[in-house]
Amino acid sequence: MTINAVEMKNISKSFGSVKANDSIDFSVKKGEIHCLLGENGAGKSTLVKILFGLYNKDQGQIKINNKPVKINNPAGAIKEKMGMIHQHFMLVDRFSIIENIIAGQEPTRTWGTSIDKKKAAVKVKEISQNFGFDLDPEALIENLSVGEQQRVEIMKALYREAEILILDEPTAVLTPQETEELFEIMESLKEDNKTIIFITHKLNETMEIADRITILRDGKKIGTVNKNDTTPQKLANMMVGREVLLDLEKSSKNPGKEIFSIKNLSYKNPVSGLELNEINISFKKGEIVGLAGVEGNGQLELEEIIAGLKAPDSGEILFNSQKITKVSTRERRNMGLAHIPSDRNKYGLVGNFSLAKNILLGSEWNPEFKNKFMIDFDYLNNYTDQILKEYDVRFSGKNSRASELSGGNQQKLIIGRELSRGAEFVLAAQPTRGVDIGAIEFIHRQLLKIREEDKAVFLISAELDELMSLSDRILVIYEGNIVARGKVEDFDQEELGLLMAGHSREER
Amino acid sequence: MAFNKNLKEILYSVAAIISALLLGALLIKLSGHSALKAYYYLFYGAFGSTYNIAQTFLKTIPLIFTGLAVAVGFQSGLFNIGAEGQLYLGAFAAALAAIIFSNLPGFILIPLALAAGALAGSLWAAVPGILRAKTGAHEVITTIMFNYIGILLTTFLLKNYFKEEGPVDQTKKIAEQARLPELVANTRLTWALFIAIFVIIIIYYLLNHTAYGYDLQLVGENINAAEYSGVDSDKVIINTMLLSGGIAGLAGSTMVLGVLHRFITNFSPGYGFTGIAVAVLGRNKPLGVLFAAFLFGILESGGMSMQLFAKIPADLMTIVQGLVILFVAAPSIFKILKNKSGIFRGDNS
Ligand SMILES: Nc1ncnc2c1ncn2[C@@H]1O[C@H](COP(=O)(O)OP(=O)(O)O)[C@@H](O)[C@H]1O
Ligand SMILES: [Mg+2]
Repeated sequence: MTINAVEMKNISKSFGSVKANDSIDFSVKKGEIHCLLGENGAGKSTLVKILFGLYNKDQGQIKINNKPVKINNPAGAIKEKMGMIHQHFMLVDRFSIIENIIAGQEPTRTWGTSIDKKKAAVKVKEISQNFGFDLDPEALIENLSVGEQQRVEIMKALYREAEILILDEPTAVLTPQETEELFEIMESLKEDNKTIIFITHKLNETMEIADRITILRDGKKIGTVNKNDTTPQKLANMMVGREVLLDLEKSSKNPGKEIFSIKNLSYKNPVSGLELNEINISFKKGEIVGLAGVEGNGQLELEEIIAGLKAPDSGEILFNSQKITKVSTRERRNMGLAHIPSDRNKYGLVGNFSLAKNILLGSEWNPEFKNKFMIDFDYLNNYTDQILKEYDVRFSGKNSRASELSGGNQQKLIIGRELSRGAEFVLAAQPTRGVDIGAIEFIHRQLLKIREEDKAVFLISAELDELMSLSDRILVIYEGNIVARGKVEDFDQEELGLLMAGHSREER
Repeated sequence: MAFNKNLKEILYSVAAIISALLLGALLIKLSGHSALKAYYYLFYGAFGSTYNIAQTFLKTIPLIFTGLAVAVGFQSGLFNIGAEGQLYLGAFAAALAAIIFSNLPGFILIPLALAAGALAGSLWAAVPGILRAKTGAHEVITTIMFNYIGILLTTFLLKNYFKEEGPVDQTKKIAEQARLPELVANTRLTWALFIAIFVIIIIYYLLNHTAYGYDLQLVGENINAAEYSGVDSDKVIINTMLLSGGIAGLAGSTMVLGVLHRFITNFSPGYGFTGIAVAVLGRNKPLGVLFAAFLFGILESGGMSMQLFAKIPADLMTIVQGLVILFVAAPSIFKILKNKSGIFRGDNS
């Protein structure tokens, strides 16, 4: 008989009227990497928080190593040899790795008596070496990257002899490179017969690392499958609950004439100090140009400069051969610029406004929406209905406010608004961030449709899959410099990942 | 559904007023007075006779203007605490206009004086608006300072250039034809009431049905989204202050043309400040302001007779007034608290 490291039976949990978990059965074999897959809000976090004693379940039983247990709080879970790595780390910045790891472990003594610390240091070193953590135990937390801090959290759990590790969307905060490193650590933990519950909503990560996969949707368990018996397509369908087209059909077509261009553009961010250096990009009709980069390498600055929200220090922007470097945002929009902003809550939406008033954003002075002096609400409402339908925005009531939509639907609303204006140049920044795969598929198809219509798209993204499947040409930005550029065929994913992390092409 | 929501808010407000009055009754009782008698005189003072009703409206009018002025600012995210100063400038300018152009006929002179008051209020508010837009100087600070400057400036100008002979610091009376016609004889309740309601309607349409109002609210709701969509938020901020100041100015000019018939130093019992409470109570909506100002009017004129005839001490009266305001404003307070506590909701989806 195989041992089930974790067995959860008939688990239910409601928050008010929301059934976050609905009679879920979930079991994890000892020594496997079990992926918990589902869209945002599917109930993944709730399930593991119940397991770790952070939430009380409404009903259900839990067994650990085939033995029934009652877990009322995280301390109880740690006693059962579980460890959970949250998205928000719980480390003390000013302390070293080792101090953070042993903190709270020696409750009777003031920690840090030299003998204990030495003993602890030995153990930490051991863990670090065995599993390839590659960290100096004396380093201060404040000097570590996000990925390294995450590793400290894992070491902390291991130091407390965790046999079952729960990682709730650990890759959401990681660069592609860091994700790879995490996966290596997970593999070596598996070799040591540790059990891992890995939460994600990303298919490629699932297919790469999981042994078995449990899919949740709307609080219900849809099924558990072996990785080797499934495909990304099947997983996607189970996650979304309908047929999803993962493989996009991109027609081969020749780009037309240049419509938008950026020439020798430089800018220094006075707050962060980040500098954009002599950026040159040309955009042609019927072409998607992708800008790859880990967030914070100048994409946001470039986006804001193109949209007219910030003025560059030097350089020029041309739209239809007209200099628009000093032209206002409103005029740029009137000339045919559409902007899907990377920060949809900051820029793209007004949470307290109705859906119709959000559709009106930027068009309120447009005669199309006016009836003499007044806004023509009848017309606006009809127009809104059309867009919501065409762009498949799901909302609960006619008078919903934008803040009441889910992230994916908010994004579709913004995209509907921006693309329905007949723009010539579409600035699409992180268009699918935080969006479920059903909506991602839809957004990708819309961008390809725009390309078919011979418009130019500037796709700024941190998602390699997205960049590779949509772009005609790709540029890589690192610390404000374009460090590589070429046709999409000239890159592979791994190389892009390295370039984004600051390795130069020759290094490989 | 929007209608339902409004109905709910109205029902809530009525329930809040009743609960506040009940609690007030308890306090009155505890302090050894008759609650029944007190409320009888409250009602009597507010509605007991034509004269009393007129007094209630009279107290309501300036608060409609100042409440609306503050509400318009709030809608754009601006905290205009300077309505008091803008009101003084408006009153002074209206009085001057009426005195200087006293040979014009009424149908020209009255609009002219009203407009002079609105314009003066606008300009007085424009300075903090420009400072906010161009330098980021917070309007709370600047409008408060402009209150002092405005009130003292009018006093200074009056004393040095426009003072009528006599012990009181006031201008001479404005011409007969410059005075707003009375609705009820000998009450000083004038056409100002209709002007106030007219302005409420105009602002309602402006806010809810025009691109100008859309931009104004947009800047208040999300200034980044405003900039993103191409709105010049500096311009909107300055324009909003102009509008807000203009409305506050009208509070002053209607006082002069309808009630005082001259400018008198320190004539306002703080209409500009009470306007802040009116705006909050009215949820910063034009119609809400209308009702809130009316409620204040009732409490003012009813409170007077409660003191006079039921011998309720002034402090107790103030407590009852405060309770009503607190209860009606409670949802806004709860909303703020709820939003705050939202921060603590765990979330790592
Ligand atoms: N603490 C909470 N209070 C109220 N609702 C919650 C809470 N935690 C989760 N939910 C709701 O339960 C559902 C499932 O959430 P969650 O388990 O976080 O999903 P996932 O981790 O799969 O994205 C969602 O609808 C979410 O809004
Ligand atoms: Mg989650």
